[in-house]
Amino acid sequence: MKIKYFIFLCSVWLIAQNGISKQLEVCSTCPHKTIKSAIENAEDGDKVVVKKGIYKEGNIVIKKSIQLIGLDYPILDGENETEILTVNTSGVTIEGFQIQNVGTSYIEDRAGIRFERANNFVVRNNKLYNTFFGIYLAHSNDGIVEGNYVEGEAAKEMSSGNAIHIWYCKRVKVENNHVKKHRDGIYFEFVDNSLIQNNLSEENLRYGLHFMFSNDDDYINNEFRNNGAGVAVMFSRRINMSENLFILNWGKASYGLLLKEIYDAEITNNRFVENTIGIFAEGSTRVNFLNNDFVNNGWAMKVSGGCLNNQVSKNNFISNSFDLSLNSSAYENSIDGNYWSEYSGYDLNRDGVGDIPHRPIKLFNYVLKKTPEAIVLMRSLFIDIINFSEKVSPVFTPANVLDNQPSMKIFERT
Amino acid sequence: MLKILKYVGYDLLRSRWTYIYCSFFLMISLSLLFLSSDLSKVVISLMNIVLLIVPLIATMFGVMYYYNSREFIELLLAQPIKRSNIFLGQYIGIAGSLSISLIIGIGVPFLIYGVFNSPEIWNFMILLVTGVLLSFIFSAIALLIALKNENRIKGFGLAILVWLFLAVIYDGIFLLGLIWFNDYPLDNFAIIGSILNPIDLSRILILLKLDISALMGFTGAVFQKFFGTGLGIAAAISVLIAWIGIPAWRIKSVSQTKDF
Repeated sequence: MKIKYFIFLCSVWLIAQNGISKQLEVCSTCPHKTIKSAIENAEDGDKVVVKKGIYKEGNIVIKKSIQLIGLDYPILDGENETEILTVNTSGVTIEGFQIQNVGTSYIEDRAGIRFERANNFVVRNNKLYNTFFGIYLAHSNDGIVEGNYVEGEAAKEMSSGNAIHIWYCKRVKVENNHVKKHRDGIYFEFVDNSLIQNNLSEENLRYGLHFMFSNDDDYINNEFRNNGAGVAVMFSRRINMSENLFILNWGKASYGLLLKEIYDAEITNNRFVENTIGIFAEGSTRVNFLNNDFVNNGWAMKVSGGCLNNQVSKNNFISNSFDLSLNSSAYENSIDGNYWSEYSGYDLNRDGVGDIPHRPIKLFNYVLKKTPEAIVLMRSLFIDIINFSEKVSPVFTPANVLDNQPSMKIFERT
Repeated sequence: MLKILKYVGYDLLRSRWTYIYCSFFLMISLSLLFLSSDLSKVVISLMNIVLLIVPLIATMFGVMYYYNSREFIELLLAQPIKRSNIFLGQYIGIAGSLSISLIIGIGVPFLIYGVFNSPEIWNFMILLVTGVLLSFIFSAIALLIALKNENRIKGFGLAILVWLFLAVIYDGIFLLGLIWFNDYPLDNFAIIGSILNPIDLSRILILLKLDISALMGFTGAVFQKFFGTGLGIAAAISVLIAWIGIPAWRIKSVSQTKDF
């Protein structure tokens, strides 16, 4: 009887030990002066709270499932020499730190926060400044990256890293982050079933979002502004892009959105404003471009070879220098039912659909395809005249590229 | 010569065509600025108008003015004045008054919209400078044609033809040449072809200054590089000056030997 009672008491004590987590505090007057010592004394499930201060502890490696919480943004400084937080186990939360000065390395991919083979992670509300790579996730599934501000000092592509770099991960949520001045804003490679939402990516040297070999992902309501080469989405299947804003990606080699080898994607409700090329599509198949706005772009859409069975519908094409440009004469895509600000037809039966088809390809476009040097004649009177005569009686431009149901009115967006 | 310049100036000031020309530009630029406050876009739209209208009006005005003031010229020729002074004075009077109309017509609305506080000031200045240069070029050509042709119909026809050639037909031939020699490297050909025609040259100088040059891709980069060098700028300026200088010099020599 007594033994049974003793065993019962023991098990209660054990459960209490495991169930109630400790809270370890770190500050200059706390029992733990350094984050490293607090982590050493912590056990799985504990919470390490770091108070305001500057901590220069080099590389902090976390191998326990703890919550690392910063109060009032304590500063973790790498003094331009080391990576700062490295996590190698699952169930870790990092929240509320200011992480700075990782320093460039040509040998290793140093990061402000790195998760390697660590699942169920949370990275929330951190500020990262001048980190070579900002948040680096590799082989880590089921995590959340949200509310972080990552600002780099990238000057050259060679010597800079990505703000949020995700590699071989599944089911990751990237939400409400603001990334700036890195090589790529958000980098996805081999990342499946993930969500990128409400992020702002601006002034990055290369791409605002760089997305490769990643299937079944959604990216929704992000803004990509003024990046060196816009957004690149390549070699991916079943992705859904909607309500994003691609703006001011303007330069000789800039795109709003570059699509390469994309299958079964939905590109809906996006806005493309003042990009050199709104969408550049190459080898993209079964993609639906619906309800997008293309405003003041150089080329709204440039469709290169190997694009089949795409549907372009209910989009607004407004004041672009060129609305559509095709590379091949074989055209297997549908462009019915868009609004074109250049459409000059009429609507006698007043059903909102123009009575004569619209040809978005101008003769000058056709000439440019054959002789790119002819661009020197852009905006000359002669070009306007031949474009007009071709519009009246088409001879050269592909006869099968036309919008049979051009809308008379701009599609209103809510 | 200054006296003749003054007379021509007064005469043109009394002419209602100067005012119509000036108010045309005033209205166009005011309405464009009213419709879009983006100065860069307005510069592009105005560029299309300036490149089309300025050469046309300068040509027509030059021919018309010479034929209308023939009696006055004969009167002047009876006086002890050098012939070159008479004709060059007349030329500079016409070109100058057209330029002043243009500067007032475009400049005032842009001043009202605060071009001096905007980064577009240099693009705007290039537009003005090319507009003035085009006025000088085409009025020189027009005067030369009028001097050489006693027959008014022929003179008008020829002047219009020259304008049509430089504004439209030249580009057509140029484009055909580009397509024809497609298999060869065309960069230098494109540069030479567009630098020889003052209208094309003005258009490219303006376009390269604007954001829109990003659309011009590789060829645009080649042009930008060329016009970025001292050689390119020297070539552009010398071509424009040659377009003014050669007709002006011909006016002088033709007028000296012409039998009135």
